[in-house]
Amino acid sequence: MQQITKRSIGAVALVCAAAVGLQACSSGSSDSGSTTEGGVTTLELWTHNGGNPVELAVNKKVVDAFNASQSKYKVKLQSFPQAAYNDAVTAAAAAKKLPCVMDIDGPNVPNWAWAGYLQPLDLPSGFFDKQLPSTLGKVDNKLYSFGHYDVAMNLTARKSVLTQYGIRIPTIDKPWTGEEFDAAVGKIKAGGKYAYPLDLGTAGTGEWIPYAYSPMLQSFGGDLVNRDGYQTAKGALNGPDALKWATWFRSMITKGYAQQKSGKDSAVDFVNGKSAIMWNGSWAADTVTKKYGADVVFLPPPDFGKGPKIGGASWQWGMSSACAAKDGALEYLKFSAKPQYYVDYAKALGLIPANTDAAAQVPAYAPGGKYRIFLELSQKYAEVRPVTPAYPFISSTFQKAVSDILAGGDAQKILDKAAADIDSNIKSNGNYAY
Amino acid sequence: MSATTAPRQVAEQAIPRQVRTANARSRETLIGAAMASPAVILLVVFFLVPVALAFGLAFTNARLISPRPPRFVGADNFIRLFGDSFFWASLRNTAYFAVVVVPVQAGLALVLALLANAKVRGTNFFRTVYFAPVVTSMVVISLLWRFIYQPDGLLNQIISAVTFGHSHGTDWLNNPTTAMPAIMFMSVWQAVGFHMIIWLAGLQTIPRDLYEAASLDGASAWKTFTHVTWPSLRATRTFILITITIGALSLFTQINVMTQGGPLDRTTTVVFMAVRAGYEQQSTGYAAAVSLVFFVLVLTVSGVQRFLTREKA
Repeated sequence: MQQITKRSIGAVALVCAAAVGLQACSSGSSDSGSTTEGGVTTLELWTHNGGNPVELAVNKKVVDAFNASQSKYKVKLQSFPQAAYNDAVTAAAAAKKLPCVMDIDGPNVPNWAWAGYLQPLDLPSGFFDKQLPSTLGKVDNKLYSFGHYDVAMNLTARKSVLTQYGIRIPTIDKPWTGEEFDAAVGKIKAGGKYAYPLDLGTAGTGEWIPYAYSPMLQSFGGDLVNRDGYQTAKGALNGPDALKWATWFRSMITKGYAQQKSGKDSAVDFVNGKSAIMWNGSWAADTVTKKYGADVVFLPPPDFGKGPKIGGASWQWGMSSACAAKDGALEYLKFSAKPQYYVDYAKALGLIPANTDAAAQVPAYAPGGKYRIFLELSQKYAEVRPVTPAYPFISSTFQKAVSDILAGGDAQKILDKAAADIDSNIKSNGNYAY
Repeated sequence: MSATTAPRQVAEQAIPRQVRTANARSRETLIGAAMASPAVILLVVFFLVPVALAFGLAFTNARLISPRPPRFVGADNFIRLFGDSFFWASLRNTAYFAVVVVPVQAGLALVLALLANAKVRGTNFFRTVYFAPVVTSMVVISLLWRFIYQPDGLLNQIISAVTFGHSHGTDWLNNPTTAMPAIMFMSVWQAVGFHMIIWLAGLQTIPRDLYEAASLDGASAWKTFTHVTWPSLRATRTFILITITIGALSLFTQINVMTQGGPLDRTTTVVFMAVRAGYEQQSTGYAAAVSLVFFVLVLTVSGVQRFLTREKA
């Protein structure tokens, strides 16, 4: 590999930029992301928060506190706009310019770990005892990343509307069954006040689709891929349970309960009284609470047979495999995992603090707090997206399948094709063996 | 008679002249090369190299993010591609779009150009109005039209207002039968101004005296058009035909913003498929195969058009 690289650096660089990951290109020195000068090692840290001043301010606060706490290392923060972040990391990996510390969207962790961008975090066992399990990036039983926060999908409704139609208000221990849920939406629809009582957020695209709808599929008993080894989607994505899910999902449209393409912003439609029940993430909680106050209830998803399910994992922190100052990076990650920073993130962003000690210090998430349910939903029902490098392909395939099912295509055919596409992708990538 | 002296004279005069011309030529060649080099370099870096890369990658299982070097897999990508119903749907939609949009857009642009070329007041105003969508970003226009087309959008409001509430219109972009026509309509509306300007430029090169001669001969407006205007627009016509065709075949932005290829694959196109395979699904090799097929397709279509519209000797 080294010889090839020396002979035709240009051509290989192009090929690398276009196609190949870090390892195929690695030659000679593969260390990057840090410099040492006068006994102080400077580490680079990358974040996707370039367009998000609130979160970026917390990032800066943690970095500044770390820099002030010791004199051996200095962390230098670099922010990117979220839309360009993944591309920047991919390009940096090809050019061997990865920073030491970076943040990663949860579902990307296995892919990047497989590609050799990340290295496992060498932390003492029990270090993350208080951590919300859905916010740990574990691949092959090795920990690659951890997050400061998570979000939770939930059914948002108004107590007054539910009681008006004589609908039982479900609790986290006794959620609606599938039939109960259908009946509840049917009653509201029959009331005639709402043209489309249920807002499933079908206007969403991209990663929203698997994040919002694959938990429902799992609750029916299906899944995106067979999680036992992640070698095939057959049976999981196109089995009888998956078909039941697809049929049910489409029936929400045909019965006129939900729109095939909902409004751009579900929370705005809910606040304006266009929908009675909304399937949305906890990020919308502040908006709806501001409007309806104590009338708002956040409900667990229905149990379609295999228990209520929601998605887990948001942005997380990890260390690049090329990091030349591994000790410093680990030092920083340990420092940033103090409960007080979980509190800072939760307070600034209104998201679920991913640490139980920290949750107790944030009033909304402390026991009895108005958003405590989100933490409980995450603890009890969160399921991480398939931990496989095939995930980007699976996600894209599922997005298309959902859109076709919503449009009224033949569900069995759509699911069969999706499963076959995923299987052939897994096969053509050598089963994604590590 | 001068046969003996002439060669020498020629030779004597020719030597310095040849040197001079040779010098001048090499200088011209150098200047020419220097002037062409920016374009050539750009062409090589952004066209030839990517095409060569795509050609190579199409026969490998290269992936956007992967720890493994790409491996040669022969025609595997193409076999998968030709067995993929998504590809055939993309090809069908691309052809459908091109077959409708090329004649409609070219024809409408010509009509607008003829109107805008007329000697009436306010032509500049109309030219500006027709040209305004062209200078607006396609992404912005697609977003706007997505609002126009939504179930309670402007178009459906107009339909129910005009029919006094008897007709309500459909969910244009989510209805498999109307999604593609809706995108076609919008695309023609957006791009027609550009081709109107090209037709206008062509119209203004037609000599006035031809029209004067025609009117002296008592030719009707229609006769003038078919015998003077239309034949004089040959070069413009070829240019417009080929540019619209290539533009129509590379349909992508509208699809990406408005429908994502749905509903039920009715609006997916070859370029959309390539981008989806290459970036979303990270299958670089497969995407390269799609691009290669697309490249051959465009080359063939424009080759055929070039042949059909060639100057016949």
